[in-house]
Amino acid sequence: MNEALERVAAFARRIRAHALRMVHHARASHVGTCLSMADLLAVLYCRTLRLDPQRPDWQGRDRFVLSKGHGAAILYAALAERGFFPVERLDRFCDRGSPLTGHVNHAGVPGVEVSTGSLGHGLSIGCGMALAGRTAPERSRCVVLLSDGECDEGSTWEAALFAPYHRLGNLTVIIDYNKIQSFGTVAEVLDLDPLADKWRAFGWRVLEINGHDLTAIDGALKDAGTDNDHPLVVIAHTVKGKGVSFMEDDLFWHYRAPNAEQLAMALQEVESP
Amino acid sequence: MRTAFIETLLDLADKDSRIWLLCADLGYSVLEPFRDRFPDRFVNVGVAEQNMIGIASGLAHAGKVAFCYSIANFPTLRCLEQIRNDVCYHNCNVKIVSVGGGVAYGAQGYTHHAVEDLAVMRALPNVVVAAPGDPLEVRALTQALTNHAAPCFLRLGKAGETVVHHAVPVIKIGQALPLREGGDVMLISTGGTLEPTLQAAELLHQRGGGGIAAGVTSMPFLKPLDTSWITDVARRTALICTVEEHGPIGGLGDAVASCLARMSGNRTRLLPLNLPEGGTKVAGDQQWLRTQVGLDRDGIVAAVISALGTTSAAHRGSGPMKLGNERHFGDIEM
Repeated sequence: MNEALERVAAFARRIRAHALRMVHHARASHVGTCLSMADLLAVLYCRTLRLDPQRPDWQGRDRFVLSKGHGAAILYAALAERGFFPVERLDRFCDRGSPLTGHVNHAGVPGVEVSTGSLGHGLSIGCGMALAGRTAPERSRCVVLLSDGECDEGSTWEAALFAPYHRLGNLTVIIDYNKIQSFGTVAEVLDLDPLADKWRAFGWRVLEINGHDLTAIDGALKDAGTDNDHPLVVIAHTVKGKGVSFMEDDLFWHYRAPNAEQLAMALQEVESP
Repeated sequence: MRTAFIETLLDLADKDSRIWLLCADLGYSVLEPFRDRFPDRFVNVGVAEQNMIGIASGLAHAGKVAFCYSIANFPTLRCLEQIRNDVCYHNCNVKIVSVGGGVAYGAQGYTHHAVEDLAVMRALPNVVVAAPGDPLEVRALTQALTNHAAPCFLRLGKAGETVVHHAVPVIKIGQALPLREGGDVMLISTGGTLEPTLQAAELLHQRGGGGIAAGVTSMPFLKPLDTSWITDVARRTALICTVEEHGPIGGLGDAVASCLARMSGNRTRLLPLNLPEGGTKVAGDQQWLRTQVGLDRDGIVAAVISALGTTSAAHRGSGPMKLGNERHFGDIEM
């Protein structure tokens, strides 16, 4: 791994640790989903997205929509690490009066484009942003991160049908395909297989990668949003709970927060390079 | 009304390049002038209302003014959560325009009757809810809502409505439009029932024995509601009669009732005229359906006379007055 990606790896370790502490502090759910997309967020915020933390409303910025709004903790962590607000604020995740709510909240949180939490909303919003962005003076790009579970939503496929037809080449979707949804595995609940074929049939450029391989993620996102005609979907095969051995690939950690002892063990695992 | 809307929007879009128009595959023979004049700012998203609202939110986030056009409940109830989360919570500059408010789609049946939309839309945060009374109010509202950088819902009738105003009225967001003074009763109408309401006031005036002095107010804004006007009317009128092509819950009648209930010492009675709950199970044009439930001229007149009689009786302490019309769509015989 080169030096730049070493920095991304360190960023990923830090936001994993933040997310674990935050979820423990708030006794919140969804730590598994945070960990499965940590590496994707790290590449996005360190390498892909054109952003200016000093000017969160800069018109020419790239837009990022976390459609799977239950992954709020690690998004807040990424924004804080990227410099949008002080890292100390993460300590107040889900506290009374804190804007850092358990699902993504834009109000009072610099760097958050859109509040999400009900699944299946983000890709349509991304289509609108991409429509406006492709004719903007600084052709802005939009990246939408979906969960696999929200590929059950009909509205996701309304938008999936729309984007290629309207040649939204500045739109990129990443699917955090950790294969566990709310009530069981994707295969048990409503199987998405063959997922790549479905998106391809809808007219998308499709890449399938290991969503924890930083080189692969970086390579897939290198030309995100630069195609003139075709939106890109990156199907990132991930592991729910990735980085904490006792949380990996276990539905239990969609809901449970680590206790103090589990937190200490988890932090030891994610913080060691 | 839809023609007045699109003509006004064309004028506005000429001067303001932020204005986009989205439709969900409806608007044939109405929206073509916009499509042809501003092809880069017109998108037919297909039969996909949830996607339409999400896209509008995304456009608004990028500084556009996104109009979403469809009919009946399709741009409201079908995509309600997108409106709530993606538009209203973010205070996005999105304008939702629905043609066919009330039972304008008459014989098309209950699926095409927007009779709960005002209640549902009023409940959402940040949104202006508007229902114009005639084509000139449509022109004024389209302009006013465009200049108001917030979510708006414009509930139109359909086509062929009578022009009631003499000129395009001056409209401010949240203000009532008083049209006629009258000390015995104030008829307050929202949306397309303005015409029969005015006709009813005239007929009441012509009644023998000096007639009944019926005032008329057009109430184009359900939210924000002009509570100061209602309060003012209540201080000088014994009876307020609301008229709306909407179900009994959450529309104009409930909004006015809530306002009156908050007034200390209020003695003004409310006669809410509206559609019955449950909807129609039979075909019929809008005019006929109105007559079946007393929302036509004669129905309004009869209800007001009845209420005024019992209002004075109630003042003598002779028991509770009967409010509202007693007829239901369910009573209609095939």
